[in-house]
Amino acid sequence: MADFFFNTNLGMLLLIIGQILLVVVPLLIALAFLMYADRKVWAAVQMRRGPNVVGAFGLLQSFADFGKYIVKEIVVPAGADKAVFFMAPMVTLVMSLIAWAVIPFNDGWVLSNINVAILYVFAVSSLEVYGVIMGGWASNSKYPFLGSLRSAAQMISYEVSIGLIIVGIIISSGSMNFSAIVEAQSGSYGLFNWFWLPHFPMLILFFISALAETNRPPFDLPEAESELVAGFQVEYSSTPFLLFMIGELVAVVLMCALITLMFFGGWLSPIPGLPDGIFWMIAKIGFVFFFFAMVKAITPRYRYDQLMRLGWKVFLPFSLIWVVFVAFAAKFGWFWGIYARWTVGG
Amino acid sequence: MTQIDYTRAVKYFLLQDFWQGFKLGMKYFFAPKATLNYPHEKGPLSPRFRGEHALRRYPNGEERCIACKLCEAVCPAQAITIDAEPREDGSRRTTRYDIDMTKCIYCGFCQEACPVDAIVEGPNFEFSTETREELFYDKDRLLSNGDRWEGEIARNLELDAPYR
Repeated sequence: MADFFFNTNLGMLLLIIGQILLVVVPLLIALAFLMYADRKVWAAVQMRRGPNVVGAFGLLQSFADFGKYIVKEIVVPAGADKAVFFMAPMVTLVMSLIAWAVIPFNDGWVLSNINVAILYVFAVSSLEVYGVIMGGWASNSKYPFLGSLRSAAQMISYEVSIGLIIVGIIISSGSMNFSAIVEAQSGSYGLFNWFWLPHFPMLILFFISALAETNRPPFDLPEAESELVAGFQVEYSSTPFLLFMIGELVAVVLMCALITLMFFGGWLSPIPGLPDGIFWMIAKIGFVFFFFAMVKAITPRYRYDQLMRLGWKVFLPFSLIWVVFVAFAAKFGWFWGIYARWTVGG
Repeated sequence: MTQIDYTRAVKYFLLQDFWQGFKLGMKYFFAPKATLNYPHEKGPLSPRFRGEHALRRYPNGEERCIACKLCEAVCPAQAITIDAEPREDGSRRTTRYDIDMTKCIYCGFCQEACPVDAIVEGPNFEFSTETREELFYDKDRLLSNGDRWEGEIARNLELDAPYR
């Protein structure tokens, strides 16, 4: 049996498909409940109840919404470029899903343990902008087009600072492999060994850049329902719209996972003595997601010039200086060597 | 040379506004919900509430309406249609009393105009239907509404009486 799975082509294919399903299916089910949690948090801050009718406490609301999106009619605008119009939501969903291939959930629990994992995630999340641009352009309508133009500029601006923050982490851990990055954060002080402490300002910067990168409020200018109706999603309905929504939420959860892996020690236990494991990873993703949801509830939308000023005049110089600082601190072992915790190389 | 406001700069970099907002958000997060759980919980209604119409009867079972048609005349939406004929005992009664609930604007003028408190707007506001036709109320429907809601209508009229 083991021989079939490891030594024949068909067996390997089945094994890989099985592994992919093992990641994607729980992820999508978790997504349904995260969307529910998002709405509940948002509602609670506004003193509303949120969804509470479908299932116990409204837990099945997302599944009801899913069913509704599926059975709706797909409306295609007459002037739309049909091929691109339908490709756009698929690109969004696929790009955000394939990034999960390199995310480890526990020691060794990773689909493909490649050494340039962090670059891969960075590249794939940059490609996500194409879904938005294609959607806005193919709709052949003015608001979607404006939304997608905004989105392109916004995502590119903030990717620059995300890249520089990642460089700092790479210098500190000496590896681009997520498992190695998490390994570099292990130590006898529990949560004080993690990178959030030495890289604290970058945690905040990364969090805010992640908000901008995933078009979450306060940076939801591409959607901006009060000015652009719904931005690039205006002409979408039914399943294509659902794909856009799932794709965006998967990207949000991916950012939560990235923050968890790079700053909060992935599956490592926060208290020395307690066992490490996947539940810590899940709990930390949930914790970061809570902040994503809270930010949505408490912040007003940025103006476009404010968004650009923040990205280029505050985040870029700040993260650039930080990279230089981390490089020196790691090289010369400042601060008891907390900036140089290489597990491999150096 | 412009002066740099250092206090403001420090507040900006420490995300002071964000943390303040977060604190306020968490305060409301745990505050009691303002929403009523509607079908199970309902808000208070004033005795003057103008809801679904009803035709009332006297305690002996005789209908109050004497077909004076004042309500038909006063109705700004012209939702009421009345036909009248003398009954066998010689008293004036309606043979037809229709209210088109889709035209009605629930102004309460019919209730004000009625000299015998026959047509009233009761406390019921949950009478949505699946077809438009079901909202064309006839005399039977209005009288049965009156029988159904008489207790509450009488109490509301009594509570409101001192202010009239």
